[in-house]
Amino acid sequence: MDALNQLPAWSQWLAAFFILLGAIFAFIGSLGLAILPDFFTRLHAPTKNTTIGIGGIVIASILITSVQGSINLNELLIAIFLFLTAPISAHIMAKAALHTELKMFNRTKDFRQEGDSYEHILPNKKDMEP
Amino acid sequence: MLTTVLHIAFLLFSLSVLMNFWRLIKGPDLPDRILALDTIYINSLALLLLLGMYQNTQTYFEAALLIAMFGFVGTIAAGKFLLRGDLIE
Repeated sequence: MDALNQLPAWSQWLAAFFILLGAIFAFIGSLGLAILPDFFTRLHAPTKNTTIGIGGIVIASILITSVQGSINLNELLIAIFLFLTAPISAHIMAKAALHTELKMFNRTKDFRQEGDSYEHILPNKKDMEP
Repeated sequence: MLTTVLHIAFLLFSLSVLMNFWRLIKGPDLPDRILALDTIYINSLALLLLLGMYQNTQTYFEAALLIAMFGFVGTIAAGKFLLRGDLIE
């Protein structure tokens, strides 16, 4: 902890900025997850905001470790992996929610039309029987 | 100054994890609970990275990477289970 306070001043300010940015974004995302009215609005808050939150924390961590010695880009792996996988998991969860026919908040718009085909994501009835 | 900022960030992320747990317990349907678990994974990963900065070690990096990978696998598995009703066909 003493080593952190003896870093150069510019790196302390920059790291503090990125840490606060990430923490505030992640907090807003979780707040949205807690208070928004239905699943489709709740899906937006954490999947977008935690990406920026992790990005800020990772940039600050890279900065702190790089100022003390050689440049160290290990943490960038976590950020790249989350940037790749967060949209995929959000997509899977949205498909699962559409499939289970969740109730929607009355201002959430359902853009599905009458003739839309969802057979490719429906379970096969024959396989469901025990 | 940096330690103060780290304390504030610890507080914010801990509050986030608490709110995620509230949604995990209360959540009216299964997709809500999957989403809450996914967010808990990511927030605890950020807490591990913050702890690594606070103690000035590289020890927690591998744990954070593993949580990122297995959290993604768990989310995909739970979502696919809701979609198909079966995982290994």
